[in-house]
Amino acid sequence: MVELYNGALNVPEIITRWYAEEAEYNYGAYIPFIGTVREEDEIEGLSFDVYEPILSSWFDAWQVKAEALGAKLKMAHSRGDVLVHESSYIAAVFSPKRRVALEMIEQFVEDFKASAPIWKYDLKNGERLYARDRSTAIAGAGILGGKQ
Amino acid sequence: MVTVEFLGPIQKAPLTLEVSSLRDVAEALKNDSEMAQWLENCAVAVNDTLVATLDTLLKDGDKVSLLPPVCGG
Repeated sequence: MVELYNGALNVPEIITRWYAEEAEYNYGAYIPFIGTVREEDEIEGLSFDVYEPILSSWFDAWQVKAEALGAKLKMAHSRGDVLVHESSYIAAVFSPKRRVALEMIEQFVEDFKASAPIWKYDLKNGERLYARDRSTAIAGAGILGGKQ
Repeated sequence: MVTVEFLGPIQKAPLTLEVSSLRDVAEALKNDSEMAQWLENCAVAVNDTLVATLDTLLKDGDKVSLLPPVCGG
């Protein structure tokens, strides 16, 4: 299950709770990846739209892959505005041994960036501007424009 | 009727169209000047499942979603 929050994530609460939730399952490795909004290009923060139905099915497919390796994934993301130095994203993997966890966190976060139906906007001078240059077309995009 | 919804940064109200395949949707949108910048980079979902071909058939009550380029995290 993906956890979605309005505004910035409460990082200590989430990563501590996840740790406690899995404490009895004999996982030897827990690797969280925490994404924090950086101060750059004079932005005041970022803002996010999330399309939950497809995000959930994307995540569930990843969870099946993780389970096949004896691992478990968790994820939290923000909706709406997140200011600089606040965090908008946490992904985490639990696994019996480190190698699976190290490899999976990289693959999961990279596929998240390329595939998860989330749209990012810069908050700048009171405007909410789509981060088009930093966005990636989802694999298979363009069929309505003739790409097949 | 089929509903077409536009996600994320596409500032466009949903449409309802009398269509029977995604090809018909493509035809209906190709002359829409608001959509010119999006058709070549949007992924398409039917009832929240991504699809890969314009031959996808549509029936009454289906929902088509257009997903522009993403950037989570």
